[in-house]
Amino acid sequence: MMSDSTTILEARNIRVERGGTVLLNIPSLSIEEGEILALIGPNGAGKTTFLQTLSYLLKPFRGEIFFGGEKVETHVSVLEYRRKLAMVFQYPLLFDTTVFNNVASGLRIRGMKKKEIDDRVMENLKRFGIPHLSHRSAKTLSGGEAQRASLARAFAIQPEILLLDEPFASLDPPTRDSLIEDLERILSQTRTTAIFATHDRLEALNLSDRVAVMNNGMIQQIGSPEEVMNHPIDEFVASFVGVETILTGKVIRKHGGTFVASISGKEIEAVGEVYLDETVILCIRPENVTLSTQPRPEATSARNVFVGRILKIAPLGPYQKVHLDCGFPLVAYVTRHSVEELSLIEGNEVGASFKATGITVIRK
Amino acid sequence: MDLIFEGIKKAFWLLVTFDPEVFRITFLSLQVSGTATLVSLLIGVSTGTAIALSQFPGKRFMVSLVNTGMGLPPVVVGLFVTIFLWRNGPLGFLGILYTPTAMILAQAVIATPIVMGITLAAIQQLPKKLRLQILALGATRLQMVWILMKEAKLPLLAAVMAGFGGVISEVGASIMVGGNIKGYSRVLTTATVMETSRGNFEIAIALGIILLLLAFSINFIITQIQQRERTR
Repeated sequence: MMSDSTTILEARNIRVERGGTVLLNIPSLSIEEGEILALIGPNGAGKTTFLQTLSYLLKPFRGEIFFGGEKVETHVSVLEYRRKLAMVFQYPLLFDTTVFNNVASGLRIRGMKKKEIDDRVMENLKRFGIPHLSHRSAKTLSGGEAQRASLARAFAIQPEILLLDEPFASLDPPTRDSLIEDLERILSQTRTTAIFATHDRLEALNLSDRVAVMNNGMIQQIGSPEEVMNHPIDEFVASFVGVETILTGKVIRKHGGTFVASISGKEIEAVGEVYLDETVILCIRPENVTLSTQPRPEATSARNVFVGRILKIAPLGPYQKVHLDCGFPLVAYVTRHSVEELSLIEGNEVGASFKATGITVIRK
Repeated sequence: MDLIFEGIKKAFWLLVTFDPEVFRITFLSLQVSGTATLVSLLIGVSTGTAIALSQFPGKRFMVSLVNTGMGLPPVVVGLFVTIFLWRNGPLGFLGILYTPTAMILAQAVIATPIVMGITLAAIQQLPKKLRLQILALGATRLQMVWILMKEAKLPLLAAVMAGFGGVISEVGASIMVGGNIKGYSRVLTTATVMETSRGNFEIAIALGIILLLLAFSINFIITQIQQRERTR
C-alpha cells in the first residue's frame, strides 16, 4: 500500500481503567503517515475512549504515545502534540458565532496573523462547499452544513493527524453520502493521516486503508478492509463485518483442500486446511446464499444444497433478509423482486445453496 | 388620591429641574452598587467558573451553598457586616463602618453569590464535549476558560444584571452599614425609606421613580437577552 511509509503515531501499552473496569487495552498500534484507519465496533467497544486517549483529552491513562518517534510528555509537550491534531466529534460543537469565526477559531488559538487566517478560512470553506455560509450564525445551520463547518474548522489548522469520532452518525443518509464523498476527496488531496471511529462497516470499508475491529476495549483484528471482511479471525469480527450465519461444527472428512464438517447432523463442504475431528467455525455471508423454488435443486455448481423452511422475511434497505431453518440457521439476502418471483412466504420450504469457496473458516 | 397626584407632580418637577440632592443620591447609588457589582463579578465569575469546571468531593454541597447564597436576606448580611466592621470587631481596625466603602462591601457580599450561581449554571449547561472540542483545537486551559465564557456570554450578562438589580434595590444592608448619612452615604433606597417616614412623599416618589426606571431598564435588558436565547 505504502512502500516508503513512515510511522507518524505509535501507541504502546495503552490502558484506561475506571472503577476497576478496563475500558481500553491496546498493547500496540502504529499509524503510518497518510494512512486512513477506521475503528469499527459496536457502541461501548472503546472507540471514543481510544480517540480521546490518543488526543490526550481523556486522562489519566497508562501507556505511551509517540508522535513522529518522539515521546509525548517527555520530548513533546501535550499542548504541542495536541496542536498537531484535530478532532471532529459526532455533533458539530460549533461556537455561538459566525461560521467564519468558527473555522478561524483553531487558528486564533494559535495566534496566527489576520491575513493568514482569512486565507486559510476561505480556502477551507470553499473546500467543503460552504463559502456562502461564511457570515451566517452557526446556530442557523442545518445538520449537514454544521458538520461541514466543523470539518472545515478541523482542516483549517492543517492537522498532521485528523481524528474523527462518528462524524456522520447523526446525519441523514443523502447528506451523509455527499459529505463522505467530499471528505474522501479532501483527505486524499491533503494526504492527511486520519483515524475515524464508526459503527457503520460500509463507511469504514469505503474510506479506510486499514480497519481495526474493536470490542470490549480491545482491537480484535486489524488489517486491510478485504482481509477483515473476508477473513475474520473470530465470531465477533465475523458477525460485525456482516456475516449473518456463523456455525460451529466438527470436521468429519477431508480430501485435498476441501473438507466436510458436520453441523447438527447436516454436512457442509468448505475449503481450508484443517485436521480431522477439529472443531471449526463456518461463516456464511448472506449475499453468498442463493435461494430457488426447487425444493431439491440438482442443477447447480454449488456443493452445499439444502432445503430450508422460511422462518421470517424482513426488509433490509433494498433487500429482504430471509431467515431459514435448514436443520441449522441460515440467513440469505434477496431482492424484493426475487421474493415475489420465488413467492417466498413464511412457513414454506425453499431450496438454499452456497459454494464451498464462499465460506470463511475460522479454526478454534 | 390627591396626595399621590401632587406627589407625582412634584417628583416630576424635582427630576426635570435636576435637583442637586436627588442627583447626588442617584449618583452615589450607581457608584456604590456599580462598584459592588464589579467586585462581585471578579469574584463570582472566576469562582463560579472554577467550581463548574472542576470535580471535587463535596461539589454538590458547595453548589447548593452558592444557590442558597443567591437568596441571602440583605438584613442578615447587613447585620454580619456591621458586626465585622464594629469598632472591636475582626475588621474594626479598618474604620469603615458608616461609609460608602462599607456599603460596597455589604452589597458585594449580597451580589457575589448571585453572580456565582448564575455563572455556575451558565458554564455547566454548556455541552461537556464542548470543552473537549476546545482543547482538541489546541487551546491552553486559560484559552479554554475564555472561550467557554464567551460561549456563555448571554447568561453571564444576565448574571451582571441580576447582581446589579439585587443590590441597587436593597435597603436593609445599606442602611445598617452606611447609616444613611446625608450627602455622604445616602442612596436611593435609604433616602426613600427616610423621606417616606417623614411624610415627604414628593421626594420619596421622585426617588422611587428613578429606582423603578433603573429596575425597569435592567429587566428590559435581561428580557431581551432571554428572548434572544429562546429564539435561536
